Amino acid sequence: MNSGNSGKPGENPGGTPRPDAAPAIELRGATKVFRTPSGADHTAVRDLDLTVAQGEFVAVVGPTGCGKSTTLTLVSGLEEPTEGEVLVGGEPVTGIRTEVGFVFQQDAVFPWRTVLSNVMAGPRFRGVPKAEARERARDWLGRVGLAAFEDRYPHQLSGGQRKRVALAQTFVGDPAILLMDEPFSALDVQTRALMSDELLELWGGSRPDGRAAASVVFVTHDLEEAIALADKVVVMTAGPATVKEVFPIDLPRPRRVESVRLEPRFIEIYREIWSSLGEEVRITRERGAAHVA
Amino acid sequence: MSPETIAATVVAQKRPQGRTEARARAARNHKLKVLGARVLLLAVLLGAWEVLARNDVIDAFNFSMPSKVWDQIVQWTLHGTPQGPLGEQIAYTLYEALLGWIVGVTAGVVLGIVLGRVRFLADVLGPFIKVLNALPRIVLAPVFLIWFGLGPASKVASAVVLVFFPVFFNAFQGAREVDRNLVANARILGASGRQVTLQVVVPAATSWIFTSLHVSFGFALIGAIVGEYIGADRGIGLLVSASQGTFNTAGVYAAMAILAVVALLAEGLLTFLEKRLFRWKPAAPGER
Repeated sequence: MNSGNSGKPGENPGGTPRPDAAPAIELRGATKVFRTPSGADHTAVRDLDLTVAQGEFVAVVGPTGCGKSTTLTLVSGLEEPTEGEVLVGGEPVTGIRTEVGFVFQQDAVFPWRTVLSNVMAGPRFRGVPKAEARERARDWLGRVGLAAFEDRYPHQLSGGQRKRVALAQTFVGDPAILLMDEPFSALDVQTRALMSDELLELWGGSRPDGRAAASVVFVTHDLEEAIALADKVVVMTAGPATVKEVFPIDLPRPRRVESVRLEPRFIEIYREIWSSLGEEVRITRERGAAHVA
Repeated sequence: MSPETIAATVVAQKRPQGRTEARARAARNHKLKVLGARVLLLAVLLGAWEVLARNDVIDAFNFSMPSKVWDQIVQWTLHGTPQGPLGEQIAYTLYEALLGWIVGVTAGVVLGIVLGRVRFLADVLGPFIKVLNALPRIVLAPVFLIWFGLGPASKVASAVVLVFFPVFFNAFQGAREVDRNLVANARILGASGRQVTLQVVVPAATSWIFTSLHVSFGFALIGAIVGEYIGADRGIGLLVSASQGTFNTAGVYAAMAILAVVALLAEGLLTFLEKRLFRWKPAAPGER
């Protein structure tokens, strides 16, 4: 458990997925229709096919409000698809699964709990004895650099620190599947780059005992962030969302977010993906303008 | 006390002539001025009342005067009221109000949270609660007197119905408006439905509930007093109605003054408890 931070994130954290193993996450023709308060139907996600291999880091980019977040809630089991199938580890998702971790866009740490108690929440909910939960929580607080803040309440922390609490809160549950919904979008640019690096490091060292690293689905509208972090970037269409194109990212790991974005290959990839994404962004923008008009 | 505050104090001590000190002195002066003005205002009001009553500008029989009210309080304190010792009357009223408040708050919070969480129950019971709430509940006091007799039970009952509704509506609202992200996060972290209710919904609703607790203790006192006023064998409300019955105006005012002090003490206690309970909340700007 304690080998943690020293784990080399470089040595292909994905491991080599066994060829016979089921993919970590699989969406087959998933569609999600919401009923709006006015009674109309709103299709957030339409006929979505997506596969995430074990230990793979997948970034999902798309225009704002296109339904990227809905994809995550389907995988997490918070919502059920209206049509189609969602499989995790080869089994259909019927509810919230213990191996799934979720980092939300907004602050979702409990404001009435101290930092330590927040990180202990998951294990405690799942019936881990208090002493053990505290020990594991302290371990993770150390890894995210908040050991000195365990008695603080969230409102006493900065936005970046609160995000670290959220990361510790999620990682302490040792998730095999990590869903992240624009987790750093509320942070300032410098903190964001720092957090991205930290995330890569935590991800690499998250499952030290020989198992593959967590499979990650990282939703963002920031293409640079997506390329810097991921093994594979999925471009979504303007809403209702469906997969438009998938781009493998062949940049070597370990990566430092600040330096990798200056490499020629990065810029090449960026240009290639943007030509696909930009069109969807334009469509969304035109729709928005039509709404306003 | 946070480390920053301590550090700030240390710095202030190191620079005795510093600006921090001057500012603190100004703040102290301001406080003293406000306090002085308050005392002055009270003295002027009471003095005017006294002078006007003594000089027969206002009818001393109907309006009494501060000195007589004070005499009445002293007399009750030293020699007891016609119904028995003064302390006993206060204790009686407080006991009824407190019991009614506890029962009303408990019922209101539990039902509010349950209905806030269980959609079906809320839909079924909603109209009934609305009708009951629309009723001016103070008219129930005579009914309770008939049901439960002259003893404390009828006063407790009227306190309960007065307290229940504001607490219930606040708890209900609080449970309904819990941040959906927090609930989703708790569920992802493995919380069961019960754990979500007890460890997310209840703490999130406490600030809503506490706002209603302040108001509702006042309501509990009203319920107890009105109940006593209508018919009782002890209590401050009885003191008011007995004084009124014997044309003892000073007695009515004296009972009012005692009530005000009791209510203020209770309010202070609640504020103290609230501060202890809400340490996790950022201090509201310019308050608390």
